[in-house]
Amino acid sequence: MSELIDRFLNGERRALARVITRVEAESEEGRELVRALYSRTEAAHTVGITGSAGSGKSTLTGGLAKELRARGKTVGIIAVDPSSPFTKGAILGDRIRMQDLALDPGVYVRSMAGRGALGGLAPAINDVVAVVAAFGFDYVLIETVGAGQDEVEIAGTALTTVLVNNPGTGDDIQAMKAGILEIADVLVVNKADLPGADTLASQLRALLSLSPAGERRPPILKTIAAKDEGMVELADAVDEHRQFLRESGGERKRRETNARHQLLATAQAILLEKIRQRTEGGNLESLVARIADRELDPHTAAEELIATLNLG
Amino acid sequence: MAAAPSSSNEKIRVLIAKPGLDGHDRGAKVVARALRDGGCEVIYTGIRQTPEMIAEAALQEDVDVVGLSILSGAHLELFPRIVDELKKRDVDDVLLFCGGIIPEEDTAALNDLGFAAIFRPGTNTGDIVQFVYDNVKR
Ligand SMILES: Nc1nc2c(ncn2[C@@H]2O[C@H](COP(=O)(O)OP(=O)(O)OP(=O)(O)O)[C@@H](O)[C@H]2O)c(=O)[nH]1
Ligand SMILES: [Mg+2]
Repeated sequence: MSELIDRFLNGERRALARVITRVEAESEEGRELVRALYSRTEAAHTVGITGSAGSGKSTLTGGLAKELRARGKTVGIIAVDPSSPFTKGAILGDRIRMQDLALDPGVYVRSMAGRGALGGLAPAINDVVAVVAAFGFDYVLIETVGAGQDEVEIAGTALTTVLVNNPGTGDDIQAMKAGILEIADVLVVNKADLPGADTLASQLRALLSLSPAGERRPPILKTIAAKDEGMVELADAVDEHRQFLRESGGERKRRETNARHQLLATAQAILLEKIRQRTEGGNLESLVARIADRELDPHTAAEELIATLNLG
Repeated sequence: MAAAPSSSNEKIRVLIAKPGLDGHDRGAKVVARALRDGGCEVIYTGIRQTPEMIAEAALQEDVDVVGLSILSGAHLELFPRIVDELKKRDVDDVLLFCGGIIPEEDTAALNDLGFAAIFRPGTNTGDIVQFVYDNVKR
């Protein structure tokens, strides 16, 4: 493993690719790699790109990366696509829209399957983001699954969240009401070549005007990602938000918010696994039967299950 | 030979690529879907890939398997260049297969290049999935 880390620290992209595979497998070796590399992850600016399926996230991610490259910055991209809930397999097609970057030595693109995680990300996403950041990229862009209203998780992973909307879909405004707007640091109206872009932009502006006074209002940008239009403004908006985070002390706060979120989520997963390991085939089954018989309600049963574990 | 990946969290990753200039990717997509349905994670990069792009994608995606689909007849020209580009990047441990319109008389040359199987039109996609699980190097 230390040989792999040496090659990684030497800047070998093949080693980065292998490290991600190990980390994604959530194996003991993967955990050790994250442990060894985690302290190096601070410098990168992480940007989440989210929005409904087909809204142009991949195209936009590619366009933003090209603009950042033109500014002399290096970019790591993690693009998540859904896994089939039935076969657990996946077709990962986000690279198709990033062909211009295929041979750029300052860009690394990794496709990742959602593997059933909720929230448009993947179970190991935070660890994978950490190792990509540790490789030394200036920016790490994370494209989520186009999951409709389920994209809120990204705000716990990235420092800047870009929400991509399209004109004429209608359901976007619906989603706004469900609280998605709150996670956006930059709002994009992509496919601005289609009718309705200005209407959508003003609807978004109207919605934003409802947020409390004194709060930062995310900028609303019109883009045509398919033609690389608006990418300069998008890169500027991302940097402007980063600057805002720094000056307001928000960067530290956001890192802490994200850390808390990740810590609790991970602890939850570990506890759940422990509970399963210790009670499956025993206590768990008898409690399941008693709930099914309507002898116990699920909450009381869960309390009982946990009580037997001595977790307090 | 391991039939399935060692850890239950470790999926077989397959790159399905279409080198060359022909724009028909129906076959490639059918294979990609069959492998997905077989539980693999399939990276699909679209049409008109150069040898460099294919090798670079294989490296970045750390795939276990590379499947090439070709209909244009340029396989004897393009495939050696792809194998070269993979070697240049030290990507030497992937399972290679190809499919498409490939004359029988080219079989030996492609086997020598490292292609473990050639699937021609009419192949049962289940056979491709089985081939991948039986031969993946892990
Ligand atoms: N008209 C128009 N089409 C666009 C624009 N940007 C992207 N598209 C097209 O929209 C389609 C979807 O683009 P993607 O970038 O794959 O969208 P996505 O959100 O990544 O899709 P998923 O990852 O499948 O959710 C493609 O056909 C793009 O060419 C744009 O600005 N205008
Ligand atoms: Mg996409």
